[in-house]
Amino acid sequence: MTSARYTFGGDEHLFVECSEEMSLEAFFKSLSMATGVRESKINGVTEICPANASFQVKFNPDIIKPDDILREVQKIEGAAEKAEPVLRTRIVEIPVFYNDPWTHETLMRFRERHQEPEGTDLDYAAKINGYSDVEGFIAAHHGSPWFVSMVGFVAGLPFMYQMVERQRQIEVPKYLRPRTDTPRLTVGHGGCFGAIYSVRGAGGYQMFGITPMPIFDASQTTSYLREFMVFFRPGDIVKFKPIDREEYEKTVDEVDNGRFSPKSRDVSFDLREFQKDIDGYNKTLEGLLHGH
Amino acid sequence: MAIKVIHHGVATSVQDMGRPGYFHLGIPMGGAMDRYAMRAANLLVGNDEGAAGLEAVFMGPKLEFTEDALVAVTGGDMPAKVDGEVVPGWTSFRIKAGQVLSFDFLKAGARIYIAVVGGIDVPVALGSRSTYPIGALGGYKGRALAPGDELPVGSGSFAMEGRSVAESLRRKLSSPAELRVLPGLYWDRLTDAAKENFFADTWKVAPEADRMGYRFKGGRKVEFVDRKQSFGAGSDPSNIVDSCYPYGSIQIPSGTEPIILHRDAVSGGGYFMVGTVISADMDLIAQMQPHTPTRFVEVNMEQALAARKDRAALLDRLRSSFN
Repeated sequence: MTSARYTFGGDEHLFVECSEEMSLEAFFKSLSMATGVRESKINGVTEICPANASFQVKFNPDIIKPDDILREVQKIEGAAEKAEPVLRTRIVEIPVFYNDPWTHETLMRFRERHQEPEGTDLDYAAKINGYSDVEGFIAAHHGSPWFVSMVGFVAGLPFMYQMVERQRQIEVPKYLRPRTDTPRLTVGHGGCFGAIYSVRGAGGYQMFGITPMPIFDASQTTSYLREFMVFFRPGDIVKFKPIDREEYEKTVDEVDNGRFSPKSRDVSFDLREFQKDIDGYNKTLEGLLHGH
Repeated sequence: MAIKVIHHGVATSVQDMGRPGYFHLGIPMGGAMDRYAMRAANLLVGNDEGAAGLEAVFMGPKLEFTEDALVAVTGGDMPAKVDGEVVPGWTSFRIKAGQVLSFDFLKAGARIYIAVVGGIDVPVALGSRSTYPIGALGGYKGRALAPGDELPVGSGSFAMEGRSVAESLRRKLSSPAELRVLPGLYWDRLTDAAKENFFADTWKVAPEADRMGYRFKGGRKVEFVDRKQSFGAGSDPSNIVDSCYPYGSIQIPSGTEPIILHRDAVSGGGYFMVGTVISADMDLIAQMQPHTPTRFVEVNMEQALAARKDRAALLDRLRSSFN
């Protein structure tokens, strides 16, 4: 990989772009550098925000000069490149009700902002990604795991990168003009990234379904969000599980009654092993999720 | 002690100096958009500078006080009235139990800051009392104020009654407003002509201007350097692989209308940015109304740091004027 590009965002932010294009290698380098900056506890650094293939360091220029923070972070780049691309993380199963009535109602409401108003977002995504029907497209969407490569935009929203070869990756443009409304917990896709909308609001991603599982709760009353209001962390691995309306309603009820907890297992992810045999590696990960 | 909200104005919310530390999860720092005015209001009533007060935009709220209080209003020029009698701005005044604080029309600026001795005593959420409405977090029940709300207020002394901030210590917008910008981030995506035009043109604040971002219209459309879009970015030349957005950074979706991200900014996304408004000028944006003519002024890092020092010195003079 070429070396990172460094640039300042005003007098308080250092922006580091590990790669212009998205790849798991760029994500690993970015996360590894961001972790390196955190661990080196540079005086004057106030926040570190990792993103897909880049990251940002917020600093207080009254404490550390911009040139000095630049030098400190550049020093970390070399070490990050030599770091083992291994991540201790977790794999989480997220139930998804594809082609649900709520996102369907919303996408119909904003049809005039869409590339192909005569069909649905799923019809369009299936077609431009070369699937003969929506079922085949949905099967591809939940057929492989996804990497949470960034958390942000709004509170706790995960950007997810599909763990397949580039030629198999789902790619869709965003809406021609962003919607002013998206149901909370919509599972969407834009560019090469999947997302789950943590809260209701504006959005430009194509909408495929909805999960019954809250991922942000400021009131912290959801049983598995009591310790912290945000569920996702960069590096989490997600496996979608298709569910029907009945199971969706049942899960919503379980969440409301504090009886739901997401299926999750701690795993170690090795990028080199993954690249040797992507499908085989993904199968092993799924096996761990299901306890065998 | 409590404040009863009779009318909420347009969008009045509880704000303090914000909640840094959670931007990596998409939760912005928030807090008063005009930090200088919020600090001044707190100092005028003898509060800690970081105490929570109210931020109101375009139209003031109507508030009834259940007990005697010391109050100060700073920021934009919107005359405050106690039971209908105008009281001076940037000056602490006493309000008695049962009296109503209301406001005249806005004359200049866009946002006012109301400090009450003891501070607005809503619960602290992730280190701050600031309202983050999208996440229903902080402030009063995670939202802007509504009629019927009762805001709890802490207690404090009335020793600062009648204190005032000197005219020379009140920061005002020039006309046209000037915002100093450090070019960077994805600046090199622009053609040389576009770079020149960006700083040469006079822009106007668009109606979509709020705590998340300020949009501008009226300048020439931005032309991009020809290039092949990189994988994962999206097809429009203004797209990038989704990355972090610095506070104050200026994105130009589709190359048409620049947007400056402010205190409640989204933490990241897929639009390129041309540079960043320097930290010293972020407060000024809070006082810009729609249609305000605006120039972006190019500065380098050295000038940005000098401006930051000037602002810190102004704040020090403000503090020492209360000693």
